[in-house]
Amino acid sequence: MNIHEYQAKQLFLHYAIPVPDGKRATTPESAEQVAKELGGDGWVVKAQVHAGGRGKVGGVKLAKTMAEVVEFSRDMLGKRLVTKQTGAEGLPINSLLIEKTYPIKRELYLSVLVDRGTERIIFIASAAGGMDIETVAHETPEQIISVPVHPAAGLQGYQCRKVAYALGLKGAQIKALGKIMQGLYDLFLAKDASQIEINPLIETDSGELMALDAKINFDDNAVEAHPDILAMKDADQEDEKENKAQQFGLNYITLNGNIGCMVNGAGLAMATMDLVKLKGGQPANFLDVGGGTSVDKVCEAFKLILSDNSVKAVLVNIFGGIVQCDIIAAGILAAVEQVHVAVPVVVRLEGTNAEQGRALLSNTGLNLYAADDLAHAAEQVVALAEAA
Amino acid sequence: MSILIDKDTKVICQGFTGKQGTFHSQQALDYGTLLVGGVTPERGGETHLGLPVFNTVQDAVNDTGATTSVIYVPPFYAADAILEAVDAGIKLIVCITEGIPILQMLRVKAAMAGTGALLIGPNCPGVITPGECKIGIMPGKIHLPGSIGIVSRSGTLTYESVYQTTAQGLGQSTCVGIGGDPIHGMNFVDVLSRFQADEQTKGIVMVGEIGGGEEEDAAEYIKAHVTKPVVAYIAGQTAPPGKRMGHAGAIVTGGKGTAEGKVAALKAAGIEVVSSPTDIGVAMKGCL
Repeated sequence: MNIHEYQAKQLFLHYAIPVPDGKRATTPESAEQVAKELGGDGWVVKAQVHAGGRGKVGGVKLAKTMAEVVEFSRDMLGKRLVTKQTGAEGLPINSLLIEKTYPIKRELYLSVLVDRGTERIIFIASAAGGMDIETVAHETPEQIISVPVHPAAGLQGYQCRKVAYALGLKGAQIKALGKIMQGLYDLFLAKDASQIEINPLIETDSGELMALDAKINFDDNAVEAHPDILAMKDADQEDEKENKAQQFGLNYITLNGNIGCMVNGAGLAMATMDLVKLKGGQPANFLDVGGGTSVDKVCEAFKLILSDNSVKAVLVNIFGGIVQCDIIAAGILAAVEQVHVAVPVVVRLEGTNAEQGRALLSNTGLNLYAADDLAHAAEQVVALAEAA
Repeated sequence: MSILIDKDTKVICQGFTGKQGTFHSQQALDYGTLLVGGVTPERGGETHLGLPVFNTVQDAVNDTGATTSVIYVPPFYAADAILEAVDAGIKLIVCITEGIPILQMLRVKAAMAGTGALLIGPNCPGVITPGECKIGIMPGKIHLPGSIGIVSRSGTLTYESVYQTTAQGLGQSTCVGIGGDPIHGMNFVDVLSRFQADEQTKGIVMVGEIGGGEEEDAAEYIKAHVTKPVVAYIAGQTAPPGKRMGHAGAIVTGGKGTAEGKVAALKAAGIEVVSSPTDIGVAMKGCL
């Protein structure tokens, strides 16, 4: 789960991680009010969307006057911001973060995440902040330092000092960085984060360290245990269909093609998408109906696929283990009764109760094609989508 | 011979009296698995599915001599269940549970270091030696005792591989679903090394997916240590970056863990990689 920058910075403050003075605003008038309260002679207006790369596309602007604060706020609010992380549709800008500006001496990078290779929480830091860290890692790996933390020992002082010296910090800054790292570590553990990133962590002209940006991702498997984090969820920033799928316990991801896919199991769902592509088609979605499937769940899954207007044909691929094929078939029939199905549906059922499932779907007078071979099913659905 | 489990493996079930535990324990018994009891706290002394129920894993081990445990408890209790099994001296722990918080698994793995216990999963279908012992949620009847070792991060793609190798008349020695979570127990290399040492196994099917670097590690290991033919398939070639594809571990982040990278690493190690998941069985037969 993702949250907004302003929410991440509120969490930072609870863990004594310094952030710029600032406040959220949802109208140009309240943005002006916030700027007045903050005082000073410069402000930054930041679009609050769940995506990085905002600065390059006009989602972060420096205002030198109150008039500019109002102007930039009016320009951004209500628009959709398209960054390299959002896809073509972009994300709605429903709120802004207005902050004081600070004279920046250096931009650093600091993040903490779970490293699956070492099975440790690791800190990653670099003196090359403000840039895309993946580019830095690729082009100048020597500029990156990483520190793994043993879960029993926790974060140690020497590890913070090691990072501080690598970043070229001195004197009181060493202790300040240690506090920031400890705050990040405590926050990470307390709220089951999966990644926290500060890019950039700035050193001001007066030598203070401050998180100029803040990004936190939380572990979807743990977020139920944190109602305060769940309350920060902003459904407007997420795909409507993906949200709806979640409510029904389905894994759904929107893609750009025209062949709807309904599959059981994450691996088989990915493989089915790949196969559609291999046969010359383009999948419209990833959809895993999961293990404990009911007729209702399959029915909702089917409706979800059909709610995408670009879908020209549907491929249902089920390998029944725990999932029973006759339940899938009954779900498809229930969905067909509830919504008008104008597109052809190719169904491949294998495994538990496959024959009963196939029997249910045959001779229904519907636009259904039974296939018992997966390769054949994929070829068929691609041909049908092309003909449509 | 098979790997990890056979007809003499004594198995207990944690979460025995729950809905999942009950259903899959009955399936295992029907298959012929030597299931000798189960654990549900506060239900000790009862009989369930004709088998004794114990309050603790230690009680179950003391009474039955079980060496293997399968876990069907809900996600927020699963880390506790794994560590209870380790503490009781269980040698092989198979955790089916999906949705365990990653920080809990991180602590579990650190706590297991040096104990010698093996963990399969979590978020996996389990392990089966066809005709002898079925531990997990896989459909038993698609399997055929035979010569192919199967190791996979995905449950349903394990079934696909089983189905295809059965259709080719090859059958399976043992099938291991290592699970779809980013932090988990046995990895590809742990299983591949056992298949390489196993006489019954003549060929190996390895099914990977996007995310992490275990397929790349496996490619290096196979090149250096595996002399048996290996057919590999990698799922997720069309997966968009930054999206978690169903499995918690199936995500491409920062350009790392892509299907292309894994396929290239496997091919560079001389492994046959099929581009269609429907070609696994035929390709395996062609290698033998």
